[in-house]
Amino acid sequence: MTTTTLIQSDRFVLSEAERSAIEHELHHYEDSRAASIEALKIVQKQRGWVPDGAIPAIAEILGIPGSDVEGVATFYSQIFRQPVGRHVIRVCDSMTCFVGGHESVVQSISRQLGIGLGETTPDGRFTLLPVCCLGNCDKAPALMIDDDTFGGVQADGVGALLESYP
Amino acid sequence: MKKLTSFGPANLIARSAETHPLTWRLREDGEPVWLDEYQRKDGYSAARKALAEMAQADIVQTVKDSGLKGRGGAGFPTGVKWGLMPADESMNIRYLLCNADEMEPNTWKDRMLMEQLPHLLVEGMLISARALKAYRGYIFLRGEYVDAAANLNRAIDEAKAAGLLGKNILGSGFDFELFVHTGAGRYICGEETALINSLEGRRANPRSKPPFPAAVGVWGKPTCVNNVETLCNVPSIIGNGVDWYKSLAREGSEDMGTKLMGFSGKVKNPGLWELPFGITARELFEDYVGGMRDGYTLKAWQPGGAGTGFLLPEHLDAQMYAAGIGKVGTRMGTGLALAIDDSINMVSLLRNMEEFFARESCGWCTPCRDGLPWSVKILRALERKQGTSEDIATLLGLVNFLGPGKTFCAHAPGAVEPLGSAIKYFREEFEAGVVRAPQEPKPSVVETLQ
Repeated sequence: MTTTTLIQSDRFVLSEAERSAIEHELHHYEDSRAASIEALKIVQKQRGWVPDGAIPAIAEILGIPGSDVEGVATFYSQIFRQPVGRHVIRVCDSMTCFVGGHESVVQSISRQLGIGLGETTPDGRFTLLPVCCLGNCDKAPALMIDDDTFGGVQADGVGALLESYP
Repeated sequence: MKKLTSFGPANLIARSAETHPLTWRLREDGEPVWLDEYQRKDGYSAARKALAEMAQADIVQTVKDSGLKGRGGAGFPTGVKWGLMPADESMNIRYLLCNADEMEPNTWKDRMLMEQLPHLLVEGMLISARALKAYRGYIFLRGEYVDAAANLNRAIDEAKAAGLLGKNILGSGFDFELFVHTGAGRYICGEETALINSLEGRRANPRSKPPFPAAVGVWGKPTCVNNVETLCNVPSIIGNGVDWYKSLAREGSEDMGTKLMGFSGKVKNPGLWELPFGITARELFEDYVGGMRDGYTLKAWQPGGAGTGFLLPEHLDAQMYAAGIGKVGTRMGTGLALAIDDSINMVSLLRNMEEFFARESCGWCTPCRDGLPWSVKILRALERKQGTSEDIATLLGLVNFLGPGKTFCAHAPGAVEPLGSAIKYFREEFEAGVVRAPQEPKPSVVETLQ
């Protein structure tokens, strides 16, 4: 009895809001599979990442195998299959930002947060990731924190920028 | 450091509808041009003309005659691509996709168009959809372009409310609905068949061609994929005509019209401008960009994105159009150039670039999946001055083995084009990474395989 209760309470359940947002997406496409990436993004927006239980739950709504949903989830770099920090820093590592000195910016962030690329701070505040060219090449180096894009970022100014994301 | 809004030069230079069809409507403050202002500035007049006065075949023929070529980097003639759509009228479910997955390093032109002139893209897609008999369109937008997504969605809502999208548009009997589809990362989504797989909710591996998307595209239906800037050229071609369009480019250019061109790197005035095809790279670099920042010298430059080869300062006299850049040995690509200054080591730069290409390989075909990480490993060794005497030959072998025609798509050829040219022009920097001088170099593994 106790075991059953445990399994029940551990079961992943999509919220009503998530479920209805995913079902709304289905109307935009000829085939439900096309909503798989958006469905993963909907879950990630609510929870910060995509927990294991979300994969079969999404697969059930879309009517496709869970392995296909997982295949998609692990292919795309902006779908997170493990927990990330409250804020995700995405540093543009294009050759233009390289020319602009982005490696010293990454080093400065790493030093201040004590994490490397692909890692999350122990307090769960920041995750640091590389990202493809952000299209701000006239203002290199560029980075994003959550949905905000910054250009002309300098290694010695990174501290103040991070401070504005508590 | 500040949050970014305007694109500066593109908004501020003198512009007219006759000479700057893509950018003349831009506001000096860099804010988006919404429907009222867009229509005051002659917006949707070309769509009205196309829907009311022109047969579908005439629109295709006009675009064909204009000489418009794709602006995503490959430069395929747009009218020819459109002409590949099947003539069979019974194949009546057709799609128009806009490739807005702008991720090519050093490219930021589509972002400007979508953020500031979203209705220009909507109008371009409306006319193109009419020509291609597409009933539905998707703008495949990279997920990081959050402002572009918001502005495009607002423009689509405005257009729907004004009867410019939806059923029976402008009383023509033509129906067209348009959606913004945002991605979740991965550079390879910009490859048009990978983009189709991604839109269908699959892993973004490229598809085998043929069949081409015009025959078998999204959900197996005839599909045309065009770049943002390409589609934004369509309204002015329809509105002003072929003769006007052909008069825009400079003498000597085989490409027609204008192009969003840019220059970045340690230059005085990095930016983006709408310029006629055929201007020389020197004019762009000296007159618009103002040359290098004080204290830096131009060492090399790349004409249009990571997948184009490096050129030397002496090549700045090349004309900016496909064959003009072709004459000096590489491709024009996206037309947004990057200046490499004398403080940059080419081995380190190429290490950065190949790390990007290796990470972004979809892993589908072996030469790309295994060859690119191999090049990274060698470049890292050379950067640490721990290279072997065979490393440069191995890199050149990879340049050959990952070149055009030897991989499933254009990703690996694009990755090795800058590598080959960097070794060609700056071989001594690569040699400086070798531990000891080569004596009787053995053929590399790759050369032996050849």
